[in-house]
Amino acid sequence: MNALLAPLRGGGVLPFLAIVAIFLAFPLPGDATSLGLSPVALGGLTASVVVAAALFLRRADALAIGLGLVASFAGAALLIDDLPDGPLPAGSPGMGQGFWFALVAVWLLAWTTVDRIAGLSPRHPVARRAADLAIPILFGVWLLILWEVLVRGLGVPSVLLPAPSAIGAKLAAETATLWADFRQTFLKSVLVGWALGCGSGFLVALLVDRVPFLKRGLLPVGNLVSALPIVGIAPIMVMWFGFDWPSKAAVVVIMTFFPMLVNTLAGLDAAGRMERDLMRTYAAGHGQELLKLRLPAAMPFVFNALKINSTLALIGAIVAEFFGTPIVGMGFRISTEVGRMAIDMVWAEIAVAALAGSLFYGAIGLVERLVTFWHPSMRR
Amino acid sequence: MTEARSSTRPSVIDARGLSLTFTTADGPVHALSNVDLTIEKGDFVSFIGPSGCGKTTLLRVIADLERQTAGTITVNGTSPEKARLDRAYGYVFQAPALYPWRSIASNVALPLEIMGLPKAERLRRVQKNLALVNLAGFEKKFPWQLSGGMQQRASIARALAVEPDLLLMDEPFGALDEIVRDHLNEQLLQLWAKTEKTVVFVTHSIPEAVYLSTKIVVMSPRPGRIHDIVESDLPRGPRPLDIRETPEFLKIAHRVREGLRAGHSYAD
Repeated sequence: MNALLAPLRGGGVLPFLAIVAIFLAFPLPGDATSLGLSPVALGGLTASVVVAAALFLRRADALAIGLGLVASFAGAALLIDDLPDGPLPAGSPGMGQGFWFALVAVWLLAWTTVDRIAGLSPRHPVARRAADLAIPILFGVWLLILWEVLVRGLGVPSVLLPAPSAIGAKLAAETATLWADFRQTFLKSVLVGWALGCGSGFLVALLVDRVPFLKRGLLPVGNLVSALPIVGIAPIMVMWFGFDWPSKAAVVVIMTFFPMLVNTLAGLDAAGRMERDLMRTYAAGHGQELLKLRLPAAMPFVFNALKINSTLALIGAIVAEFFGTPIVGMGFRISTEVGRMAIDMVWAEIAVAALAGSLFYGAIGLVERLVTFWHPSMRR
Repeated sequence: MTEARSSTRPSVIDARGLSLTFTTADGPVHALSNVDLTIEKGDFVSFIGPSGCGKTTLLRVIADLERQTAGTITVNGTSPEKARLDRAYGYVFQAPALYPWRSIASNVALPLEIMGLPKAERLRRVQKNLALVNLAGFEKKFPWQLSGGMQQRASIARALAVEPDLLLMDEPFGALDEIVRDHLNEQLLQLWAKTEKTVVFVTHSIPEAVYLSTKIVVMSPRPGRIHDIVESDLPRGPRPLDIRETPEFLKIAHRVREGLRAGHSYAD
């Protein structure tokens, strides 16, 4: 008995539960609402889950991980295929218990696989990089699988939450519209507004640093402007700059200016006393000190502002489009499609915004890594 | 202890009645009070005293990092400001103060860039001075990849790269362990003998001051002033570390210690 239980202690509970769950998925005699898999499919699924889980109880090598990946994804595909295509008929209890036990089994197997990949510590840098990438990707994919299966299996109305497949279908079908909206909102309002807001905040910070009275005069004003509510600013900007993207870029400029100003000012003060005294002993001029000491020392702060502002800019541009806009743009699309109850299109826009925002943020992070490699938080 | 060695060499630093009072929220702080001091060319002078005796302040006044509130001081016969603008001295701080975004070579080249020297000359001086402090081969490393002792040596190379006749050092080895400190002291003395620079060195270690110096300025706090000036009769030039066990050495160390004790006693 002890020998049988031994593998459970070293993280063996998950594969053990997976085996239990897959057997619970078998239809009971006379249970018509249970799993709709053919005997062959159910047999194959059971065999692969049991073999993979049993392997995980003993070891966590490439073979076990590969088999775990194949079995969990094949199982997920079978289960998704088993779901009804349309909405569940009214009054339907949804999928039977056999289906949910099979889902739990496949999900536990996937969990074990990710857990074992995380436990690997490959020596080769490429393998380590692959493992580091695989974990978040597997995590994200399984989030989508569970989302899909739960929404469709429980018959959640698509107005509340559409399935990822429905959102994906919308993304594919409406590519032209989505691209036009992306170009209008992201490539014009967001990028132009972000660049102008960050650029002017940076330049004004240099000016404020040189002219001390500005610090007392300008900072409170800047603080005030940044505290203005966007729903008040956006209509005013539409009156000033018209319906098209420049008014949205202006909102973005107002939102991003102040974070950059404050961060750059803090960064310019970041150089230590001794480092400045050193410049003084070299009889360095103001410009030389700025260029060779204070600006490099300020870069971590500047990049912080660039990253904060990348998110602010996207939010600002989308929300600003709720207040008067031509008939294109991500914010415009979201506000009109919500009105038409076309929630899958709203989600498609959200997906585009999330992807664009993440890539934008990631790109700034990459440049930051190159520029501030020396900062303690970046050293390796 | 031979006060007889009269000044045949020109004086590099000349302070008369030098005082500096900081105004703080708690009232005035007399950092320096009525300091008279002459430092001659080629001297190795140490300022020693407890914290708050104004030794660092005096060094900073010489470097034009602080201004005196009374009295006069000349550096190389001119005002400290003129001397600073002429880049007449190299300054070594308590910490290496290397810029982390610059490699070691580029840190040493920093003052040379500011002076506007051509690239070939910068390169030559960087190579030469890194070799002088035994850091050849570390050009491409970044400061945070080196040990504390190596970083401080790089900062000395940076001060030397300016090729000043005067080297001002503010407790440069204070943060290092004793073994590294001994080693760097020995190297510094060899360097000084080789280059015939004038060195002003702030420390609170008696052995360090006596081992290195031709002249030891004993200072006392509240207000910061010079209590005693001890001329060392140990041989000039490189000295073996063993010299610290000789009776001559101990005699000087004894006098410095007595001076420190006397300068301190009234305050307690």
